[in-house]
Amino acid sequence: MEDTALQIRGLNVAYGDQQVLRDITVDIPARQITAIIGPSGCGKTTLLRSLCRMAELVEGVRVWGQVIFDGKDIYAPQTEVTEVRKRIGLLAQRPFPLPMSIYDNVAYGPRLYGIRQRAVLDEIVERQLRAAGLWDEVKDRLHAPASALSIGQQQRLCLARGLAVEPEVLLCDEVTSALDPLSAQRIESRLLELKANYTIVMVTHVLRQARRMADYVLFLYLGELVEYGPAGEVFNNPRQARTRAYLAGEFY
Amino acid sequence: MSRLKYVEERIFLVLMVASLVIVVGSLAMILATVVVRGLPALNLAMLTQTPRGGYYLGKEGGILNAITGSLALAGGATVLSFVLGLAVALYLQVFATDTRLAHTIRLALDVLWGIPSIVYGAFGFTLMLWMGLRASLLGGIITLTLVELPIVARAMDEVIAMAPFELREASYALGATRLETAWRVLVRQTGPGLLTAVLLALGRGIGDAASVLFTAGYTDRLPTSLMRPAASLPLAVFFQLGTPVPEVRARAHASALVLTIIILIISIATRSLTGRLKRHVIR
Repeated sequence: MEDTALQIRGLNVAYGDQQVLRDITVDIPARQITAIIGPSGCGKTTLLRSLCRMAELVEGVRVWGQVIFDGKDIYAPQTEVTEVRKRIGLLAQRPFPLPMSIYDNVAYGPRLYGIRQRAVLDEIVERQLRAAGLWDEVKDRLHAPASALSIGQQQRLCLARGLAVEPEVLLCDEVTSALDPLSAQRIESRLLELKANYTIVMVTHVLRQARRMADYVLFLYLGELVEYGPAGEVFNNPRQARTRAYLAGEFY
Repeated sequence: MSRLKYVEERIFLVLMVASLVIVVGSLAMILATVVVRGLPALNLAMLTQTPRGGYYLGKEGGILNAITGSLALAGGATVLSFVLGLAVALYLQVFATDTRLAHTIRLALDVLWGIPSIVYGAFGFTLMLWMGLRASLLGGIITLTLVELPIVARAMDEVIAMAPFELREASYALGATRLETAWRVLVRQTGPGLLTAVLLALGRGIGDAASVLFTAGYTDRLPTSLMRPAASLPLAVFFQLGTPVPEVRARAHASALVLTIIILIISIATRSLTGRLKRHVIR
């Protein structure tokens, strides 16, 4: 296996008394697409969100275990949570542009980190909007409200906004599920291009999408890691009976 | 069965229309009284001069002292309560979210909202004695701020709670702190609502007589110093209505008309500003 981006070690998450992730231990490879699959309610999104410390925003949640990123545990007490979230980006299921212009949405992150010069911001905005495949559609109305974009464009804007803080890992939470097929395809092809430079972890409900995109597959069932391996092996030759049953469509 | 439903529907429709008639009707009658009685006494001198012959008995001059005094009192108090109220609301929404402390603060603010303003007046007066202040513009502003603060803080609290949580998450996911998220995202998203909260407080502040009675006092002069007494429109109405002179009582209605027009102008201005702020709001 190539170099590892995230080492997940004995990760547990509980909402109140209900434990939703049990003892997850797995390595996420760098600059590959890893897909998390599994039936509804198995903890896919929770796992994804606990990789950038967003899971803890929910009231009453407890997380224990380790996620080692760049040699350091992101759950260690001395770790700055904002630093973790800057370096590990999250793209949500439904796009939520910030209440400002298209330009300001992309510039939001860089401005947080102190970039003020107009020329630098202009360059970042253009580069990231191009990377997200949105530049040609919005270059003439950068200062229009982001809320006026279509939902597919909004999702690409959110991608550009996430890229603008230059993360190393991109976490994608069913990012195409709210989109029309054409917009979904655009996002997919962007992510495939981006994996040259970014580690991508995606949650998906759509097995065909996982087959199209994933290099590695992680199958979760009732909060436990059932099977993990290269996509070809998991899809064509699953070792576990539960994986076989899920892939055969016996449960969702 | 269906007939019963029909009757039920009719009864509630009649009740709703009756409520509407009571509300709109009483408002219309208030406005009509103020306009019909006040308009004849209203003239340019009323708006551009200070009273001649004293505010209590004077038939000449105007109420410029009260107009400027009210604008200074309510303006100052609204600016202060906006700053303090926004801080309280953001603290409740972003830092204390659902803690017991937040619930306690909300309960306290709700109680404070309902306390009659004469109590604020008495409290403000005690506070001023302790601070060594006499009846003055500053004392009035401080007291009116206390009156307006619970309104601003609670209204803003409710407004910010309406912002979708995903919006905060979008900001947090980029590594923003809670303060950055509050300032750069929540305040923008809820701008129109925050402005409405301020308008609500300004309306209460500019129309309040009891809280400024002891604390700002009353004077025939224009408000030129924070340390001197300041006149106000509600008290102008109060004093003018209380005289035995019919001409001065007519002037009370003119003063009330001026107050009503000021509130109308502020409301319309806020409306247009709200429209502009709505441009970027995410629904």
